Amino acid sequence: MSLVETLCNRLAAKEPVSVIGGNTKAFLAGRLKDEPVSMREHTGIINYEPTELVLTAKSGTTLQEIESCLSEARQMLPFEPPRFGDQSTLGGVMASGLSGPRRMHLGSARDCVLGVRLINGLGQHLKFGGEVMKNVAGYDLSRLSVGAFGTLGILTEISVKVLPIPEKEQTQVLQCNQAEALDMLIQIGRRPYPVSAASWIGGALYIRLSGAASGVESAALAIGGDTLNDAGQFWSSLRDMTAPEFNPVGEWLWRISVAPTTPTNTLDAFCFDWAGGQRWITTPPNDLSPFELAARLGGHATCFARDRESGTGMQPLEPGILRLNQRVKEAMDPHGLINRGRLLEEAH
Amino acid sequence: METGQLVAALAAGVQSDRVLFREQDTAPYECDGLTMFKAKPKVVVLPETRDEVCHVLKTCKALGVPVVARGAGTGLSGGALPHADGVLLVMAKFSRILEIDEDARIARVEPGVRNLAISEAVSHLDLYYAPDPSSQIACSIGGNIAENSGGVHCLKYGLTVHNVLSVTVALDDGSIVTVGSDALDSAGYDLLALTIGSEGLLAVVLEVTVRLLPKPEEMRVVMAAFDDVTKAGDSVGNIIAAGIIPAGLEMMDGPAVAAVEDFVKAGYPLDAEALLLCEVDGTKEEVADELARVEAILKESGATMLRVATNEEERLLFWKGRKSAFPAVGRISPDYYCMDGTIPRKHLSLVLRRMREMSERYGLRCANVFHAGDGNLHPLILFDANDPDEVKRAEDFGAEILELSVEVGGTITGEHGVGIEKINEMCVQFSSDELTQFHTVKAAFDPTGILNPGKAVPTLNRCAEFGKMHIHHGQMPHPELERF
Repeated sequence: MSLVETLCNRLAAKEPVSVIGGNTKAFLAGRLKDEPVSMREHTGIINYEPTELVLTAKSGTTLQEIESCLSEARQMLPFEPPRFGDQSTLGGVMASGLSGPRRMHLGSARDCVLGVRLINGLGQHLKFGGEVMKNVAGYDLSRLSVGAFGTLGILTEISVKVLPIPEKEQTQVLQCNQAEALDMLIQIGRRPYPVSAASWIGGALYIRLSGAASGVESAALAIGGDTLNDAGQFWSSLRDMTAPEFNPVGEWLWRISVAPTTPTNTLDAFCFDWAGGQRWITTPPNDLSPFELAARLGGHATCFARDRESGTGMQPLEPGILRLNQRVKEAMDPHGLINRGRLLEEAH
Repeated sequence: METGQLVAALAAGVQSDRVLFREQDTAPYECDGLTMFKAKPKVVVLPETRDEVCHVLKTCKALGVPVVARGAGTGLSGGALPHADGVLLVMAKFSRILEIDEDARIARVEPGVRNLAISEAVSHLDLYYAPDPSSQIACSIGGNIAENSGGVHCLKYGLTVHNVLSVTVALDDGSIVTVGSDALDSAGYDLLALTIGSEGLLAVVLEVTVRLLPKPEEMRVVMAAFDDVTKAGDSVGNIIAAGIIPAGLEMMDGPAVAAVEDFVKAGYPLDAEALLLCEVDGTKEEVADELARVEAILKESGATMLRVATNEEERLLFWKGRKSAFPAVGRISPDYYCMDGTIPRKHLSLVLRRMREMSERYGLRCANVFHAGDGNLHPLILFDANDPDEVKRAEDFGAEILELSVEVGGTITGEHGVGIEKINEMCVQFSSDELTQFHTVKAAFDPTGILNPGKAVPTLNRCAEFGKMHIHHGQMPHPELERF
């Protein structure tokens, strides 16, 4: 019996089921209550045609396999997914909904999803969306599943939009403080420059330009600063949070998602990405004040601490939104069987 | 329920001149852009405040009366078709632009604001709102949210769902929530993605925050003619394979070109079997580079004629032809029926060939406009609505096109929505378990089912009936589907 059939049968028999991909993000969004089943064996690229700009793969396929296949056709996943180990799977990437630096330019993981197959809480294997760019038949349950940490259904197949690798990339570095960096990005954002990433860390603003060589070069001249030599390494260390700042000893790491123009005097971050939309702070262990801070700023906080022992580390939801979240969960998994302990259930 | 009773209950919380119920007052609202379907609503309400909207919802929920929200009424799938026993909630008076934040590059608008009005309001800041459905001069942003509208620049700039940061909605019980935020993502499930494209079945839109983009420094368009549709289709694949994502990539077939040229005089070559418009945008340097590469690829792909618009006036004229395709076809036929399937682009020539066969079989002409970059096909079936037999043939022809779209791995609707029009074809695209899942998600928002009932997702009974109606050549279509 295939893994998918086994999972369907277990859910149909009202047995709780938890799933993981490469298990590289177990520290996020709560802890699973039940012994998880790995989706790794459910692997393989099902369909990939470069000129259609669509790739469909089973959820257990590793990011490595997908990216090496894409790069042969000089294409890429547009949202530059972070990876915290070489076993990261497409299913895990979508379940966690994390996006990398290029998110500000080409959209998020959710934006790139075109369709999914998933097993709902009744053990039914269902297909939503499709393999085409434009599809408005039925509710968008594909994009709803992104970032749900598997709690709305077990993702089995995912179709994503892919894009060509830019002809040229160049990163400009400008020494400045964080407030100056945000001001500069407001000005730059008003111009049609091909900015594909904009991040501030360690007293410098890094602006990556991507596209046709001529456009990149002219924008680099206009923006100024110095050209960064090992830019690829810089952006991947930011994407995967391998830079030392992201691994503070004895402190907790938090991601704060806010409006990109949020002033620095309200939020003291050691780094921002997405032109200010994603900020990183640290707190002493067990300090949950980032939730209040983020709420006050109209955003939300996520705890990235690996040594957190209780709670989901996810922003508590306001009552009206919480009620809708719970009802949507009930609609997809009426008996509450899938990925117990993750995302919603231990909120607060 | 008596009309008088309903009117009285509504008027308790809505200024009385905003509640219409006499036949001469409700008649103008009997259909949206899909005029084949008509129904007079029992009552039309034109609220001007949030309190009024919430009062209508609470009242209707208590009385079990259906509520259909309507924006500008330009939709092409009958999504805003009134319910004969219900209230039509016309959001046209929510037409204010509430805030423009040029630093954050966002605009906060009410749902009745027209799509194009947003771009016009920020044009002096060199910003614009990217999604541009052909009806953008008239369609409202609230309706765009309901349908997840696209346009001719989707491949590069995305759909409505990619360009909206948050939506404030009224729920069935009259409570108000905001999904999404000014941040790029939100905590919990992505209810914003779920709300966009939900065709007014989950909530009523009260306010929308959209992302604005800097206007490209330069836009250039090249027109290419082909003597063969397959070559034109292949040229699109060749452009993308070369790593170029054009801002716009549109195709028209011979009959569409003929109708348009006669109407607009855009300078389209009348002997073309297929015409391609390819727009590139960006900084001056980027555009010059990409344009040269696109021209070379089109030539290699067998274009019989290539013309680059030499100035802005000519660029707009090239586009005017494409954007006028629907009215142009309206001039050569008493009526036309616009379809909206999306297909994997590689199947384009197969689909066009099969459609030509259908055209002959049904005895109806068909012109095609095609968002070639993203595979969204708009066949226009020409017919005469005064001839009941032609109406029937047009509907059957359309249904067969949609089923063909599903058969080749596409979808029945790329951007117009299911509404009432394609509700039967939903039974072809989705299994009964999938449709049931849609219904339970709907119930999570609207347990009593007062919001736009009967649209977007068919009941299983309806599918069973439809299955019986559509037995071709003694065979059930898609025999693998469960029937009831």
